[in-house]
Amino acid sequence: MSQNYQYTLGKHRYQFKNLGDLMAKATPARSGDRLAGVIALSAEHRAAAQMALADLPLKTFLNQTIIPYETDEITRLILDEHDEQAFSTISHLTVGDFRNWLLSDKATSEVLKQICLGVTPEMAAAVSKIMRNQDLILVAKKCHVTTAFRNTIGLPNHLSTRLQPNHPTDDVNGIAASILDGLLYGSGDAVIGINPATDSVAQAVKLMKLMDEVIQTYQIPTQSCVLTHVTNTLEAIELGAPVDLVFQSIGGTEATNTSFGFNLNTLAEAQEAALSLNRGTVGNNVMYFETGQGSSLSANAHHGLDQQTCETRAYAVARKFSPLLVNTVVGFIGPEYLFDGKEITRAGLEDHFCGKLLGLPMGCDVCYTNHAEADQNDMDNLLTLLGVAGCSFVMGIPGSDDIMLNYQTTSFHDALYARRVLGLKAAPEFEKWLMDMAIFRDIDQVILPDDIPNVFKHALKSLPKGRV
Amino acid sequence: MKSKTLSTPPTTSDEAVENPWRILRAFTDARIGLGRTGVSLPTHEMLAFQLAHAQAKDAVHLPLDVQSLSIQLSSLQSQPKLFTLHSQADDRLTYLQRPDLGKRLNEISRLGLMQDSEAHDFQYDLAIVVVDGLSSKAVQQNTPKFIGTLFKDIRNTPSLTNIRIAPLCIVEQGRVAIGDEIGELLNAQLVIILIGERPGLSSPDSLGLYLTWQPKVGLNDAYRNCISNIRPAGLAFKDASQKALYLIQESRRLKLSGVNLKDRSHEKTIEHEEENKNFLIE
Repeated sequence: MSQNYQYTLGKHRYQFKNLGDLMAKATPARSGDRLAGVIALSAEHRAAAQMALADLPLKTFLNQTIIPYETDEITRLILDEHDEQAFSTISHLTVGDFRNWLLSDKATSEVLKQICLGVTPEMAAAVSKIMRNQDLILVAKKCHVTTAFRNTIGLPNHLSTRLQPNHPTDDVNGIAASILDGLLYGSGDAVIGINPATDSVAQAVKLMKLMDEVIQTYQIPTQSCVLTHVTNTLEAIELGAPVDLVFQSIGGTEATNTSFGFNLNTLAEAQEAALSLNRGTVGNNVMYFETGQGSSLSANAHHGLDQQTCETRAYAVARKFSPLLVNTVVGFIGPEYLFDGKEITRAGLEDHFCGKLLGLPMGCDVCYTNHAEADQNDMDNLLTLLGVAGCSFVMGIPGSDDIMLNYQTTSFHDALYARRVLGLKAAPEFEKWLMDMAIFRDIDQVILPDDIPNVFKHALKSLPKGRV
Repeated sequence: MKSKTLSTPPTTSDEAVENPWRILRAFTDARIGLGRTGVSLPTHEMLAFQLAHAQAKDAVHLPLDVQSLSIQLSSLQSQPKLFTLHSQADDRLTYLQRPDLGKRLNEISRLGLMQDSEAHDFQYDLAIVVVDGLSSKAVQQNTPKFIGTLFKDIRNTPSLTNIRIAPLCIVEQGRVAIGDEIGELLNAQLVIILIGERPGLSSPDSLGLYLTWQPKVGLNDAYRNCISNIRPAGLAFKDASQKALYLIQESRRLKLSGVNLKDRSHEKTIEHEEENKNFLIE
């Protein structure tokens, strides 16, 4: 099943030891692939690999595995659930032809939806490697993926936000302060999602109750999530906690997920438990997944593959459980995987494209850490590009500064910038709420009022004495 | 130095709109209530952010003062011995790009620990490894006080009073996993790693704690428990020490660490609903 590949350029014959190696060598340069020792050895080497990859029939990915079927449950998932019928439209194409087809006028939003289950992660990864940034944007924009729980995410010309009110000690008033700040800037339609400072069941339950009370008190058509381990959320459900969405970080190899402490059965069990609560009002997508290039290498579980191919395989895991949201946390992992703004930008566009092509509600945590070669200008660029590409949601955090996770992501202000320059809207149910609450003076023009809406004036009046 | 004109909001501006809920900053260091011009950041907030980012970037590259830390840490333990170790990453640039090298000891460090463990035949109950990580500032400022608190709490816990603690270790250019190699070489049943977390804009001094039962080279994150954000303005030393104490006891009792060892040290708080009320809910 292992086959050599080669490509001759002039007098030089480039050899690739197997399909995974060919994919790795064809990948646009990034530090994580250098760290893994799988990167192309020269620019020409990469170009040759891209040409060899372009000549490869898409069917190859159904006949050859890059991680053995016997030893990896994600490979089994990908092949066992492949939809031959959906694949038939594109089954005659090479990777290079597939790029042409995706960009062609034939590939309308409807047609792309029809072939979705015929595309494997490896096919998506392969074609993305021979696409320029504008190609990734153009095709992703055509892929419409809509999901729902208490509102509808992913409609064309909409951009939702996760309100991320993290606090380094999970202080309830500190979290409430960030929630209020976000709501008053129109943030939080994708989810109000907290990364807890301490990963315990008791803490998770406390935060779930906090958000549930806020959502119920103000009748906000949105959902909450505590980003704790899936087994914690399962315990919380057993304890009767108000769980809207189940969270889990996922990777594209079984060994990665083992290092994260779960497998596909765990996710199935959690999805079933969350569905049994029946808390959605307009839909029942109950899962929230996060991914990011480099997680498999970081867990020493990448099987000699490049990080973008591993990342795309994680989308097969996500797709199995019909998530409300999938978030690629693109710049969080650090410079050893994505070195600078250029690499982060490319990865963000690849992940968004591959996820959308595979039918996922892709959002992106447009972010960087303080040890990466990136800054706010890089974030502005990627946010704008993703907004153009039809990204489902981005993060919203006070002033771009996550004081718990110690990294910078997009702010409440940033999301409004994107909505204003690109004419994008919040989820319709949430937008109606924003209007009812008078949070905007003119929501179509994205103009905020000068005064605090009455309903929240009341909350500010009830502040604990002596604290402010 | 932080300039006062940048850190305080302006009193008047023709275009910028202030957010009255800025008073909620009493509850959080998050950058809430920044105000706006249109939907964009006012100039002074934009520049204040740029300054904080510049300072955080500088913090990543500040080297750990091993000599002064050694003196401080030595005074906390009964034995004079303390190991100063180095990873295989020779410098910061290598460290940033090669996490694999930061996870392993260099040859001299490894041999030093091996010689020591050959000199005795007993097993340590606990080893504590101090690693610079991505913020030497966090380690320099917080580890002496935290370890002092933890040692005191261990002495006051009947089941732990007599445990055998290995000489403290200080590691330069290290990652979390290097603690597993050190714990294995020292022949320790349990290892605690204290490491500088990557500096945030508002928290360049955040310390992380990782715990592994029966540490050995090659274990992954599923085998570790973590306590994050240990610093005066974050998780206070006494609280972090109590959490660590809980994990140590549970790990010894269950003979494991990682995802199967849940932190239930705050289980009691569930029932005290009143303490969990916030100002958004009456």
